Amino acid sequence: MSAYEQPPGGGTPGPEHRAALALGDDALVLAQRLGEWAGHAPVLEEDVALSNIALDLLGQARTLLSLAGDEDELAYLREEREFRNVQLVEQPNGDFADTIARQLYFSVHQELLYGQLAGGRGELAELAAKAVKETAYHRDHAEQWTLRLGDGTAESRRRMQSALDGLWRYTGELFQPVEGVPADWEALASGWRNVVGAVIEQATLAVPEGPQSSAWSAGTGRQGVHTEAFGRMLAEMQHLHRSHPGASW
Amino acid sequence: MTTVLPERGSGGERPGGQEAGALGVADHLAMFDAAIAADERIEPRDWMPDKYRSGLIRQIAQHAHSEIIGMQPEANWITRAPSLRRKAILIAKVQDEAGHGLYLYSAAETLGADRDDLLDKLHTGRQRYSSIFNYPTLTWADVGAVGWLVDGAAITNQVPLCRCSYGPYARAMVRVCKEESFHQRQGYELLLALSRGTPAQHAMAQDAVDRWWWPSLMMFGPPDAESSHSAQSMAWKIKRHSNDELRQRFVDICVPQAEALGLTLPDPDLRWNEERGVHDFGAIDWSEFQEVLRGNGPCNEQRVTQRRTAHENGAWVREAAAAYAAKQAARTAADTTDAGAAHPAGADSTGPEQHTEGGPAV
Repeated sequence: MSAYEQPPGGGTPGPEHRAALALGDDALVLAQRLGEWAGHAPVLEEDVALSNIALDLLGQARTLLSLAGDEDELAYLREEREFRNVQLVEQPNGDFADTIARQLYFSVHQELLYGQLAGGRGELAELAAKAVKETAYHRDHAEQWTLRLGDGTAESRRRMQSALDGLWRYTGELFQPVEGVPADWEALASGWRNVVGAVIEQATLAVPEGPQSSAWSAGTGRQGVHTEAFGRMLAEMQHLHRSHPGASW
Repeated sequence: MTTVLPERGSGGERPGGQEAGALGVADHLAMFDAAIAADERIEPRDWMPDKYRSGLIRQIAQHAHSEIIGMQPEANWITRAPSLRRKAILIAKVQDEAGHGLYLYSAAETLGADRDDLLDKLHTGRQRYSSIFNYPTLTWADVGAVGWLVDGAAITNQVPLCRCSYGPYARAMVRVCKEESFHQRQGYELLLALSRGTPAQHAMAQDAVDRWWWPSLMMFGPPDAESSHSAQSMAWKIKRHSNDELRQRFVDICVPQAEALGLTLPDPDLRWNEERGVHDFGAIDWSEFQEVLRGNGPCNEQRVTQRRTAHENGAWVREAAAAYAAKQAARTAADTTDAGAAHPAGADSTGPEQHTEGGPAV
């Protein structure tokens, strides 16, 4: 256990702490990926939309990481093996279809999970109640683009199917129980399959058939085992902060 | 149109405005001039001189282009922002700039221009954007310097445009200026944190101000004696103050702000002139300005290439959205026909839920 995994008051991290870190890292890492799109989107409206979603996720990450400790220490001073995000959110942006497939898979997961948590008690439930509204918008955005790309041109259809297929093996991890997150994981998995399956079919595409995990991706992101691209992403994100130890910004 | 001259001719159906119906061109021109003299707003359907229209299209389009090219130097630091709070502020700012671009393209379209055509002109170098965005953001402090100086200069230029004679442009500027002044304060606050931080942070802030000061002064354009469009723009109340007046105003605002920041401005000739009641400042290197305008600045090629690449890489996405919208329209039409057969009244038949109008979701 590293110093940054300890809760604010010291001591042994409890389940709430682990929960905030896992969900906070998901949001932080995906926000970082979406931030890379700024100025590169296919239309100006998408520059606005993708930054908007990045900003929502970053807001969620800040709230969650603050529950677990100092947001900047946690974001900037942990190393690859200490991050607890699922591998799905760290996947490179790829083309617009890859980004939309990643958004579809993740935002449906987040909307269902936060929908469950919002009914509970405690800080996680409060965050979830607020975030579920943003997440519904993110899901709608991803859903609409999945339909446009899937049922658009032959080219967009090919790209959208390939993006859905390529990311499929990272989706199993979304349903691995996280300590401290009081969710019904089986209901989450079946709800997710129903929603995602319906969108994919409406987009005239095929629901991917392969396994939803690989030997190294089933729940391993949550244990700090990530994909190669992640280290490079962190190097870029943390470089300036680490170059000025102790400085405030 | 809120005018005391209700007969002012409508040019709405003929954007060229040459043929003026019952009234002659001279009558329309007289009414247009009277409206300008009375400080009224010209609206899209009003008659206007061709050169007023074409000049405004050029100016508004280049203003829009500046907003979207201006996303790049700042977006350059989104992934590297040194705290999550600063990252959130920066993403919000770049998002606002895309929004400003959208308002401004809409304003240009009220004059009969087409957004795709204007973007094409940007991508092929036939229309310009502000020379300032051809400078690189080399350190994090540049994000602060851009906010304080570049947005500060932009606001000084744009506040008078809120009273510009063309209504849609003036209204867009009201919205833009509100957000810009927010960005400017954030940039100032970023620099202040660096200036009061570690010696390395302070040095980073000073270096950024040293590099951005003169290019920011160039944002006001050439000296009055050499400004080709100024006289006509002033007469038509598109412009309200000369380049040199606005530049002077900006210098006078910045000097005390630099002092409060604890940073110096890189101009040995900068001093208060008691007699004139303004600051004297050193000579601007107009040859550098000309070089940048000619395309020979540090980032000209990089900026346009990135913009063009984003557009080209996104072509298949735009084509998909258009194809999908066409299919949806065809399906809706087919469903309406079916529903019409079942319910002869037709009008209140509830068709299938419509998912999209085809435009990208915002």
